[in-house]
Amino acid sequence: MARNTALRRSDERRNALFVLPMALFAVVLVALPLVYVLGTSLVESGQDFTFGAAFTLDNYKKLLRADYLKVFLNSIQLALYTTLVSLIIGYPFGYFMARAGRRWKALLMMLVIIPFWTSALVRIYGWKILLQANGPINAVLRGLGLIDKNIKFLGSYGSVLLAMVYCMISFMILPCHSAVDKMDFTLVEAARDLGSNPARAFVDVTLPLTMPGILAGCVLVFVPSVGIFYLADIMGGGLVLVGNLIRDQLLKVRDWNTGSAMSMVLIIMSAGVYLLYRRSGGDDLGVF
Amino acid sequence: MARRKKKRKIFSPIYMTLVLIVLYLPILMVIIYSFNAGRSIGAWQGFSTNWYTRLFNNALMGDALKNSLILAGLSAGLAGVIGTLGAIGLAHGHIRGGNAIESLATLPMMIPELVLGMAYLAVFTAVGVKLGMTALVLTHTAFCVPYVFINVKSRLVGMDPAIEEAARDLGASPMRVLRDITIPLIMPAVISGMMLAVAMSLDDVVISFFVTSAETTTLPLKIYTGLRSGGTPEINALSTLMLALIFVLVGLSQLMRARSDKKLYSSK
Repeated sequence: MARNTALRRSDERRNALFVLPMALFAVVLVALPLVYVLGTSLVESGQDFTFGAAFTLDNYKKLLRADYLKVFLNSIQLALYTTLVSLIIGYPFGYFMARAGRRWKALLMMLVIIPFWTSALVRIYGWKILLQANGPINAVLRGLGLIDKNIKFLGSYGSVLLAMVYCMISFMILPCHSAVDKMDFTLVEAARDLGSNPARAFVDVTLPLTMPGILAGCVLVFVPSVGIFYLADIMGGGLVLVGNLIRDQLLKVRDWNTGSAMSMVLIIMSAGVYLLYRRSGGDDLGVF
Repeated sequence: MARRKKKRKIFSPIYMTLVLIVLYLPILMVIIYSFNAGRSIGAWQGFSTNWYTRLFNNALMGDALKNSLILAGLSAGLAGVIGTLGAIGLAHGHIRGGNAIESLATLPMMIPELVLGMAYLAVFTAVGVKLGMTALVLTHTAFCVPYVFINVKSRLVGMDPAIEEAARDLGASPMRVLRDITIPLIMPAVISGMMLAVAMSLDDVVISFFVTSAETTTLPLKIYTGLRSGGTPEINALSTLMLALIFVLVGLSQLMRARSDKKLYSSK
């Protein structure tokens, strides 16, 4: 017993020592920068953040300008559309993937994960090529005789939405897949045997049972979608999103205080959505 | 009953094939157009490997490639050590503040990159860390740690504690258990986590954009600036090389993961 306690104590000491570098990193390179952003957002415009500086909420009040609010609304709207379209396309994919045979499942999983790990930038570039006025899609449409004049896809709202969905959809497919995968399908069979038609069985049984996966997917798509900043830039069209606004505050206007206040609003929004999700019983999303 | 099954069997493969085509078509386009003979990134003007020759003869590109590889190697290595030690320390232990450390260390995954980037730039400027390679390595390590940590920790949590206990009962010292039992068992997870870290580092534009200096440019930054000015087949060639690099890494990491799963379950 005594030996056990002594061992345990030395174990704990060792574990604490092991965690030390990570703790140090978390404090210096995660907590400190965030505190600094918070601090900068709370001091007067043009001043650096120091402890003991006079705090003010002016930078936040400045955000209430109509054009800034419009930009925030733009971003939220685009993120909502992105989430909705990803769900409509991603859920069936996740569902079919979970219902596929064992062999296929592994292959499909691999095929979904590979683009997920490749550069979003490069993949969006691919769309840019496809959608060029003299690019392949227009060439095919012309060849089929469907159009006589090239369509200008790039710069439209649709092209930005397409790029967003394209970058985010893996985050929807994976949790939907694992929710369907975990589901007990004898329940659907039972509902069918008791006379439900397939649609009814889906709405009454499958949908509620896979809701945790749907919610997880929506949070995982929505949260990063709000903050994305270079997609709209690359697709063109001049849609201004929160990300562009913050970047311009930092690099063009050089008003760090307002930029920091905007960043804080973005962080609080992301954290808010995540907390709401956890409160409603959502799973830990740490695995992603 | 039979008819219902059949209907789904036709619809689901068609649907999945369509989605996968849309998923891969843009990637394929980038690769195909890197062999375009002309300057256009839209119209096809014949096959050529010109752009690759030009790329290899471009000294600036060579520098960018070197920087990216050094950066990815260093930050994945550091993240590998820090994340693995952290995972071992936090997997079974009851360390005071353990949960807080874990949340804080994995927080970079939840914060918009843009915010992180500006926060780093602000702190580095204030503290006087010179922008450039050092700043890049520090920040990349910070956002790579979560990938290693989560990968290794989930492996440790899924591991049968009886294996370590048995070694203990047979008289092995804690260090010996760590060296001979724990580390070999988690090694595949460590390596797959580090490979993902390399992929993430090679992929990063936003954070690098903020903390780099004019002299230390990286491949993704080159692609980004190239794209903003419209794109050329040279950028396609560069992107294709990056894709190849990342495909190899992801493939290897998946392989490692599959092997480590096998090992774990067969040892139970």
